[in-house]
Amino acid sequence: MRFLLLFSRQGKLRLQKWFTPITDREKKKVIRDMMTLVLPRQPRSCNFLQWRDLKVIYKRWYASLYFCTGLDDQDNELLTLEVLHRYVELLDKYFGNVCELDIIFNFEKAYFILDEFLMGGEVLETSKTAVGVSMEEADTLQETMEEYMSKPAY
Amino acid sequence: MPAPIRLRELIRTIRTARTQAEEREMIQKECAAIRSSFREEDNTYRCRNVAKLLYMHMLGYPAHFGQLECLKLIASQKFTDKRIGYLGAMLLLDERQDVHLLMTNCIKNDLNHSTQYVQGLALCTLGCMGSSEMCRDLAGEVEKLLKTSNSYLRKKAALCAVHVIRKVPELMEMFLPATKNLLSEKNHGVLHTSVVLLTEMCERSPDMLAHFRKLVPQLVRILKNLIMSGYSPEHDVSGISDPFLQVRILRLLRILGKSDDDSSEAMNDILAQVATNTETSKNVGNAILYETVLTIMDIKSESGLRVLAINILGRFLLNNDKNIRYVALTSLLKTVQTDHNAVQRHRSTIVDCLKDLDVSIKRRAMELSFALVNGNNIRGMMKELLYFLDSCDPEFKADCASGVFLAAEKYAPSKRWHIDTIMRVLTTAGSYVRDDSVPNLIQLITNSVEMHAYTVQRLYKALLDDISQQPLVQVASWCIGEYGDLLVSGQCEEEEPIQVTEDEVLDVLEGLLVSNLSAPVTRGYSLTAIMKLSTRFSSVNRIKKVVSIYGSSIDVELQQRAVEYNALFKKYDHMRPALLERMPIMEKSATNGPTEIVQTNGETEPSVVEPKHPPLVTQPANQANDLLDLLGGNDVPVIQTTMPTKPASAGGELLDLLGDLSLSGGPAPAPAPSVPTSQPSFLLDGLSSQPLFNDIAAAAIPPMTAYNKNGLKIDFTFERANPNPNIAVITIHASNSTEADMTDFVFQAAVPKTFQLQLLSPSSNVVPALNQGTVTQVIRVLNPQKQQLRMRIKLTYTLKGSPVQDLAEVNNFPPQSWQ
Repeated sequence: MRFLLLFSRQGKLRLQKWFTPITDREKKKVIRDMMTLVLPRQPRSCNFLQWRDLKVIYKRWYASLYFCTGLDDQDNELLTLEVLHRYVELLDKYFGNVCELDIIFNFEKAYFILDEFLMGGEVLETSKTAVGVSMEEADTLQETMEEYMSKPAY
Repeated sequence: MPAPIRLRELIRTIRTARTQAEEREMIQKECAAIRSSFREEDNTYRCRNVAKLLYMHMLGYPAHFGQLECLKLIASQKFTDKRIGYLGAMLLLDERQDVHLLMTNCIKNDLNHSTQYVQGLALCTLGCMGSSEMCRDLAGEVEKLLKTSNSYLRKKAALCAVHVIRKVPELMEMFLPATKNLLSEKNHGVLHTSVVLLTEMCERSPDMLAHFRKLVPQLVRILKNLIMSGYSPEHDVSGISDPFLQVRILRLLRILGKSDDDSSEAMNDILAQVATNTETSKNVGNAILYETVLTIMDIKSESGLRVLAINILGRFLLNNDKNIRYVALTSLLKTVQTDHNAVQRHRSTIVDCLKDLDVSIKRRAMELSFALVNGNNIRGMMKELLYFLDSCDPEFKADCASGVFLAAEKYAPSKRWHIDTIMRVLTTAGSYVRDDSVPNLIQLITNSVEMHAYTVQRLYKALLDDISQQPLVQVASWCIGEYGDLLVSGQCEEEEPIQVTEDEVLDVLEGLLVSNLSAPVTRGYSLTAIMKLSTRFSSVNRIKKVVSIYGSSIDVELQQRAVEYNALFKKYDHMRPALLERMPIMEKSATNGPTEIVQTNGETEPSVVEPKHPPLVTQPANQANDLLDLLGGNDVPVIQTTMPTKPASAGGELLDLLGDLSLSGGPAPAPAPSVPTSQPSFLLDGLSSQPLFNDIAAAAIPPMTAYNKNGLKIDFTFERANPNPNIAVITIHASNSTEADMTDFVFQAAVPKTFQLQLLSPSSNVVPALNQGTVTQVIRVLNPQKQQLRMRIKLTYTLKGSPVQDLAEVNNFPPQSWQ
């Protein structure tokens, strides 16, 4: 996996994870291209596209969010759909019925969870429960009962 | 100074902004506050500020002034600080900034921290964005952690090692000892990341690959356990246990089994087992099957297994799930070269995918369809592909049209089919075809002699419908210009001939000239076509008018053509029929595209794309000849003579070709009226310095004297034409032994009806006195019935001011010249 993006239908970026070093300008270009490719797609289309030399996999999440990732030739597209599905499950377990606002107001948590699940573009942990356990334990290490600990009131 | 606002507070505030400008204002205000807070070196709220900065960065605003702050957070003792600090580093820093090197020491310390979650943060950051220098510095630490018994750390260390190896491949050796026991782990996280690490190492180094082949049995065992094991809630996905690990193991097996018989054999059973037993109702099962198929195709599997794999792909093609169909088409495209027959069996399903609504699937199906076309299925496949061409999106049309042309060229079952197919493409996707298809098509049409009438009729009808598609219009105008006589005479055999008059045809062509839809190139084609019709139609005056109008066209190309054609009407009208004659069959040279086209009879001609100067052909012209009048007899056939003078304009180049008939196929040199040597020489010396004939069997046929009277002697020398042995090539050598030059010398000849004769232009029309030189001229005689050669010649010249004329019969031809 080269990158993982999460953006809304309105073109607002919610998460961006880059697994290879690229410039800021290049990142912006990729984000723009991905939005252009993915947002106009018909509802029941194939989730796979070809872009430059990458396989692009996208998955619509709820009505308004899109996951979008770029794969190398060797990566298994069908399995990547499972990877995206698993990530959503992890978020859901952590936040309890996750929705877009959770991702917006707790973006740093979304990143922490992602970093317990993937690293360097590869799956780090395949157990559904292990990621949740790690997150809980790490959260308890947080020194203050600050906003980072509590469920947000927005 | 009041405490900086909380992160959530800021997010809420920014979201209330109604316009971009309002948002920008809020952001700028907050950034200013944050900057001053940073300047004050405030430890308490640094974390909060950096978090806010990261949020604003995600919205697209610059946040580089926070980079150093991230480093300070990383160096802090607080876990909260470290967490945000490392996140900031991963989002804001990359290896291009020098700043990031300052992290190295912090990371090193944190890798040895007492808390595993701190160590985890460090490993994660290093594994995501560590530069080569950092990796070199810290590889040792990573290696240490790879050997720990703490599975949380071990799995992170394994993926971190993958990153290190990707950045600094030389360090790969270092991790080798640590890999020893990796696969004996029970923890799935560690197993998975270990397989990833092993895969990375095997992909990069053939030595490592050889070394790790011994792991195949162990991998097979692990995979088997996964499949056979009972339900494990932790790793279950829709009834399948840890699909992520299964797929990674299959991928590693693929690499290990490639080009290795023993390994391939060892994994044969498990692959068959996975292929047959995996549940296919959900995506996850299909993901595993997909990987299994890829592995089976890549290793040295036995044929039964390969067939099984292709059949799985065939089943995928019928799956309702679009993603699975797409993946199947992609895989089949990869295997179509190696397992062509097996893939052929699924041809009808693949062709059905052309009708799929999904764009990605259509593209793959099109590519695969073209790969499957062969001599047996060409008719059926082409029907489907043409239907696809009709209905597909514009983005596909160019590629599809090219594919159709290529396939048609390779496998066309008949000429008519080929022409029909190309017509179909031109009429449905004419604006999308590549430029070189026009000359290719013209060449194809020219060579299908029996289809000329049919082709021109179809093209004419197509023009009546639509003149917007330029390639079609160009080909059609060329054909009408060439075969217009067949069109009006209603000679078509293949289909019902249409009734069309000369005026109607000219209307159409003139319509092209004036239409806004016509490109300049197209206009050129149609003007030339009109001109050519002047020898095929009777309405010459109309054509003359059109041509003269365009003599003052603004378009320089059209103007030049019109002026030259005008000249043809006025000064060189006698040459017009010969110039505008039917094009002969062209032989295409081996390479594709516009290359030199060589005539079968040996004359070279300019490329077809340049229709301005059609070359002369060997067929006799249908014009009356003054010799007929002369000789009176009706056993004298029509012959062809050419004028000895050379006009300076368009016809000039043509006469070059005529004057120097190069029968061996070499390029025609410019015919300087060179003064030849006095003795009757072989052709090799006669015409020019360039050797014209390959065949030195000229010596086989002895020369002869045909005429010798009043000081004028005419000798004949012989050659066999190459490649056509029925053609005798005679060169006359006229010499003058009188004291004065013979000027205005003209040699004419006639042969009996069963022969055909062609007379080329003489080297000169002055025969110098006192045998100081000879005039040479080439005669070609076609003698298909191998009858005895006879000839009547007529000579006219002026000697000392008075004209002389003589007739003679030549009967003393050596037998070899006509046998």
